[in-house]
Amino acid sequence: MADLDSFRADTRAWLEANCPQEMRTPMRSEGDYCWGGRNWSFQSDAQRQWLEVMAARGWTVPDWPKDYGGGGLSADETRVLKEEMARIGARLPLVSFGISMLGPALLKFGTEEQKKHYLTQIARGEIRWCQGYSEPGAGSDLAGLQTKAEDKGDHWLVNGQKVWTSYADKADWIFCLTRTSSESKQGGISFLLFDMETPGVSTKPILLISGNSPFCETFFDDVKVPRDQVVGAVNKGWDVAKYLLGHEREMISGMGLGGGGSLGAATRPADPMLRAEIAAFDVDALAFQAMSERFTALWKAGEAHPASPSMMKYAGTELNKRRNELVMAAGGSDALEWDSERSKTGKAPRDWLRSKGNSIEGGTSEIQLNIVAKHILRLPGA
Amino acid sequence: MTLLTDDQKMLQETAASLLAEEGSIAKQLRHWRDSDCYDGFGHALWKQFGELGLTGIAIAESHGGLGLGATEAALVLEEIGRNLTPSPFLTTAVVAARAIAGSAHGERWYPGVLAGEVVLALAVDEGPHHAPERTALEAKRQGNGFVLNGHKQFAVQAASADMIVTAARTSGAPGERDGITLFAVPKDAAAVENVHLADSSRAARLAFDNVALDADAVIGAIDGGWAPLSQALNAGRAGVAAELVGVAAGASAMTFDYLRTRQQFGKLIGEFQALQHRAAHLYGEIEIARAAALKAAGALDSGDERAELWVSVAKAKAAGVASLAVREGVQMHGGIGMTDEHDIGLYMKREAVLGELFGDLHYHRGRVAELSGY
Repeated sequence: MADLDSFRADTRAWLEANCPQEMRTPMRSEGDYCWGGRNWSFQSDAQRQWLEVMAARGWTVPDWPKDYGGGGLSADETRVLKEEMARIGARLPLVSFGISMLGPALLKFGTEEQKKHYLTQIARGEIRWCQGYSEPGAGSDLAGLQTKAEDKGDHWLVNGQKVWTSYADKADWIFCLTRTSSESKQGGISFLLFDMETPGVSTKPILLISGNSPFCETFFDDVKVPRDQVVGAVNKGWDVAKYLLGHEREMISGMGLGGGGSLGAATRPADPMLRAEIAAFDVDALAFQAMSERFTALWKAGEAHPASPSMMKYAGTELNKRRNELVMAAGGSDALEWDSERSKTGKAPRDWLRSKGNSIEGGTSEIQLNIVAKHILRLPGA
Repeated sequence: MTLLTDDQKMLQETAASLLAEEGSIAKQLRHWRDSDCYDGFGHALWKQFGELGLTGIAIAESHGGLGLGATEAALVLEEIGRNLTPSPFLTTAVVAARAIAGSAHGERWYPGVLAGEVVLALAVDEGPHHAPERTALEAKRQGNGFVLNGHKQFAVQAASADMIVTAARTSGAPGERDGITLFAVPKDAAAVENVHLADSSRAARLAFDNVALDADAVIGAIDGGWAPLSQALNAGRAGVAAELVGVAAGASAMTFDYLRTRQQFGKLIGEFQALQHRAAHLYGEIEIARAAALKAAGALDSGDERAELWVSVAKAKAAGVASLAVREGVQMHGGIGMTDEHDIGLYMKREAVLGELFGDLHYHRGRVAELSGY
């Protein structure tokens, strides 16, 4: 405990000295996040400086091993660091799919060489990753994917199409599920990594109902991928994919909270019928907040059911959709304005429409319920 | 949030095995219901609670109790809920014991409670809906004491109680928190109607017709009863929330088993996705309700300034989820779920009573709104 106390004191002093004032203000929009990558243009010197000092200390990924660019912190130390950052309102120096999704999968399935190479780049924010999972014919039935990777001796030849690739137009590299054997559905998938600048890769943004385009279609036309850029064994990519999806669900399940707090306190509903509905929502939202805390503690202690992220993802995303419905109801016709400055370019309706995807992406609510029914409740034939 | 300590896990295991063995539906609920006994619960089991120290769960160690908190009480109550065990544990050991803590009444009653020989109750509601600040039962000074006029209802197990902690008004008007005083009303002082509720539990209606009490019947400060009353009620609400989680868990376990064994159309009905999704949804809701109940108990134990908010969140959430669990339970059991012979209907009745006790979900949603400033 004494060690942890002195770690806290050191961390506090270091953050005070090194976190630029500008990086201690709340993020106002998506643009305030630092995603890093080859083509990243920093929003400000402060944003660059903050990333550099944190990366030098390994604190963009505090709980990863030092050998791979991490901070080598224990779970308790990581918690203390988060608390101390929250105390001064410090922004995350870097967010990326490399940190939240690919990293954990590489830590578990990567070779020593792969970990040293890729994880270090992720930790420094040098390479921005995207995820090539869904295909036009493989959504909920993800293992039915058809993007082919042919074994050409020293390389794989990749042909096919991905869809719903988040930020594919901005990413440097992709982690991509490909079919390397047609003999078995789940047992014929391999997990490839490759550069988005490889000849034959192209992307096209998808315009969503929210008017934004966070996703792309991604096309592969005779893309040559070096032989060693496969994670895990050939034809065993489904294990890596499932593990990574667990992390994605964990991440998405937290979104139901969105730091939103009490919706009633934020909207002050005058109409008694709406107030009652919002109070009912607040009960569910606060109860879910308690669940998130408990889930995190159980997960860290290894006491959570391995399929429980599915329960969290389902509950969290459904809750977030409900929150947005109520924000729209509370806002009335103000909440219908699409591009006025007054409405912050239609924040309410765009968030509301975007939230509908929460229970689709990363496995639909229906798929999560299937998983809970099968793996937790052990219902027959599920 | 911190997870359970080893001691808490041990207590949970003790309570789970005791209640599964001795507190089962066949041995307790059905037995006492079908023998139409006065109390509606078994004194032998209460005595056994005493031997294990559970009756003193909230009583300070200096008084011979275990000196434990709301979290430990919640662990026991979840098991009571799971087995639908009729027991004076909540009213006596959790609520009333807390209301008289630090007063002379504690010294008077704790030894009997610790031995599992004494039953205590709380009388607060005066109408069909919980509204403690609307206390109207009049307590007028007379000579050296007080004389009480008015009525109470839904006083759980009060007809079996040796003493009833009673909220009365010594000043101010109904609706005001100031002016409420708690009294230790001895057995037989008020006229008691022992009412049988839908779940075969007992909750008295009490009529006070010029009931004279000595000044030393007062618990705590005159006109200052709101604080200890709230403390006792919040302990009770957090406890009922945990018991409701147990009711939900017990009903859903029975239902999920049924889905795994009942056949129709040549299939196990649990193979039907229409039922799988409802079952999976229910599972998640129960997990969330349990997290809320533990959060509320933990907040009470740590003196969190938002404890009252968490208590209302827990009570409202647990009531809503337990209601879902018993409705889905009866529906998924089909015709057999409508029979008295099957236990699933007993869960539905218990949920209705616990859902109402110390404020229903509408009351607590309202509290969440007020405490959040809207």
